[in-house]
Amino acid sequence: MLEVQLSGAFRDALDGAASVQIEAATIRELLRKLKERYPRLHDPIEAGVAVSINGNIFRDNWGEPIPPGAEVFLLPRIPGG
Amino acid sequence: MTSDTSYTDQEFSLIGTRPIRPDGVDKVTGRARYGADASAPGQLVGLILRSPHAHAKIKSIDTAKAEKLAGVKAVLTAADLPDLTNGNRASYDVLENCMARDRALYDGHAVAAVAAIDEVTARKALKLIKVSYKKLPHVTDVDEAMKDNAPIVQPHVRTAGGDPDKQTNIAQVSTFGHGDVEAGFAKADYIVEESFKTEQTHQGYIEPHACLATLGPDGQGELWVTTQGHYTFRNVCAELLGLEVAKLKVTSSEIGGGFGGKTHVWMEPVALALSRKANRPVKLVMSREEVFRASGPTSSTSVDVKLGATRDGRIVAATATLRYQDGAFPGIWGMLGAMTSFACYDLENVKSVGYDVLVNRPKVAAYRAPSAPMAAFGVESCVDLLAAKVGMDPVDFRLLNAAKEGTKASYGPPYGPIGIGPTLETVKKHPHMRARLGKNQGRGMACGFWFNFGGQTCCDLNIGVDGTVNLTVGTVDVGGSRASLSLIAAEELGIPYESVKCTIGDTASLGHNDTTEGSRGTFSSGMATIFAARNAIEELKARAAQTWEINAKHVEWENGQAIAKGIEHSNLGPLTLEELARKSPTTGGPIAGHNEVVADGAGVSFASHICDVEVDPETGSTKVLRYTVVQDAGKAIHPDYVEGQFQGGAVQGIGWALNEEYIYGKDGRLQNPGFLDYRIPVCSDLPFIDTEILEIPNPNHPYGIRGVGETSIVPPLAAIANAVSNAVGVRMRHIPMSPPRVLKAIKEAQMEEEAQQQVSAG
Repeated sequence: MLEVQLSGAFRDALDGAASVQIEAATIRELLRKLKERYPRLHDPIEAGVAVSINGNIFRDNWGEPIPPGAEVFLLPRIPGG
Repeated sequence: MTSDTSYTDQEFSLIGTRPIRPDGVDKVTGRARYGADASAPGQLVGLILRSPHAHAKIKSIDTAKAEKLAGVKAVLTAADLPDLTNGNRASYDVLENCMARDRALYDGHAVAAVAAIDEVTARKALKLIKVSYKKLPHVTDVDEAMKDNAPIVQPHVRTAGGDPDKQTNIAQVSTFGHGDVEAGFAKADYIVEESFKTEQTHQGYIEPHACLATLGPDGQGELWVTTQGHYTFRNVCAELLGLEVAKLKVTSSEIGGGFGGKTHVWMEPVALALSRKANRPVKLVMSREEVFRASGPTSSTSVDVKLGATRDGRIVAATATLRYQDGAFPGIWGMLGAMTSFACYDLENVKSVGYDVLVNRPKVAAYRAPSAPMAAFGVESCVDLLAAKVGMDPVDFRLLNAAKEGTKASYGPPYGPIGIGPTLETVKKHPHMRARLGKNQGRGMACGFWFNFGGQTCCDLNIGVDGTVNLTVGTVDVGGSRASLSLIAAEELGIPYESVKCTIGDTASLGHNDTTEGSRGTFSSGMATIFAARNAIEELKARAAQTWEINAKHVEWENGQAIAKGIEHSNLGPLTLEELARKSPTTGGPIAGHNEVVADGAGVSFASHICDVEVDPETGSTKVLRYTVVQDAGKAIHPDYVEGQFQGGAVQGIGWALNEEYIYGKDGRLQNPGFLDYRIPVCSDLPFIDTEILEIPNPNHPYGIRGVGETSIVPPLAAIANAVSNAVGVRMRHIPMSPPRVLKAIKEAQMEEEAQQQVSAG
């Protein structure tokens, strides 16, 4: 079971919840299950999401495996200049 | 193709050297072709009619007289750009920004366009278009726009997650942080709480937006354009105009600066639509005034910061409220301010709240480490104030509180190996910090952070029959990346740098490449180039094996040549890349390498800057005397261009800190849309910008590369504000610190001091 830490719009969408627990082996599975279980996360995820796994931030590699017990953060997808 | 992106501590022979850039001769001889330098047979001149009002209902547009003018081939309004966005509000916002629909949302918003045989005719045609406006109340200040009675910029906007029935200009509120800030402040021996403002600035790229568009009735088109992301431009234009992506070829010209401002389309869909209507090529070039009024500057901001520390110098709590204006369309700029504000520090209790606020100004675009400089201005000013209260040297105070590997970032995840501590250690030892200061002079320093990212990337590496190499990449070269990528290809293949020719491919040449933003050019295309070269080496080894009639497993690649390994092959001399290339027609044809990669894992970046200034107490004018940038590059592939990025960011920051500012009148119109009244620094305003490159390898790149393009603009506002504040003895809280603003701050402080003396005397 992963403890997924939330911030920004993701936390606001769940009324300030700092984290949720979910079982997922990849980023793709994580995002799918989050949207299924928490429909209010659908819009912020669709608006742009990045996932930090043990400090490494992934924006596009949704096939990235999530090791058991990994520290996982849901972050907004950011642009640059 | 998946390849291992881990850092390998490889030994280099070419990486880190400083050869001449391949595009240099073209640029200094005028041969380089920028956005406005393309022509096509029968091309028309496109011009855009813009709103003179900050906010107005468009009651009607009469184009009849313009259409009848001899030489006019097309007149365009929003009616010619139907909504094809299928309910995608973000795409609709782009469409509406390109051409106003029922309302003009800011001074300069496009309302109509013409294409004519020459500029004189096009200008006459613009004058013949009659637009009937009904002026609406407007708001251009971020704090005013947040008030309950403010004019509403976009009636459909609701605060995300807020009251669904309440019209508002606050599009989004974003909260980041961890711990218990109230408990943290309760432990503090010293607290600093201050408010700051920054004015809106433009990226100030020298080359205006320009394009040459060709779009036929068969739906096939071409776009030559100055852009940071031609693949993104293709996708956006295709969506807005109902085109098939593969049938629109977009070519990026040489780029005369972008800094984030050329990541968005502004008038390119209009040029294509004009061309489609006229069935002739249309060239559209913005004037400087149009660039200021109708492209994408950065936010003006209003920021509150509160910091608390214990007697021993540990920061125990930090909060920030950051209000950023997005222009007339929702953005995420306040959110980015909140994410970046405290990223330099190791904080147990931290909270930052970002507000994204709509005003009647142009749509805000990214500007180099977007949103971070304004947040750093507030935070780093307060860090200096708190260090003084604690009685510590500001560098030592920052070092004590700096983030390190394993620190939980204020925006969430833990850091890997990072460079904030090493940049501060370097600053502490730097001779600049020990140089003597004279009268009216002050020194300041500050830190800065930016995320960096990678993204979708691919490249082709083709070996010619003479052994020279064409490297085709899809990331626009905004800062010398062709030189860096050529070095990488040469390093991997073991051939001279001069044997590689790097080209930016058009959208028909390669698969999708994300826009060159987020300091990703050399990081991500460098990764793709490494893997493409290694791919080509495997093929070269196979060709050598074929030539020698041995098994490929006995062939290795060393120093640009194939070597047959094993005692049984000791009679076989090495085959160079050139020899294998010449033999290629009879060993299987062309030799190439290719790679597609999603370059995740970009390492975050930190910098620390030192600045000395002298302030004229009579005029309030500030001169920067000395400036030093210390930044972590991960690995500097071509140090000249790394240093150039450090220097360029510092210079833009100096202009932002001291002079640059969008000035709006009470009528909501921009008062200074030109380089005469909007003053960017020129050489005579600047000292030499000294640089120091640190190399803390990014563990997620084979060479350890981190992006370097953006972080250098984050510390200057704060470093210069700290320097000016130290020079004049008054805390500066409003950017730019233009002479009138500095004088006002000095006079207000004098009056306050006199008033206090009178109270004491009384």
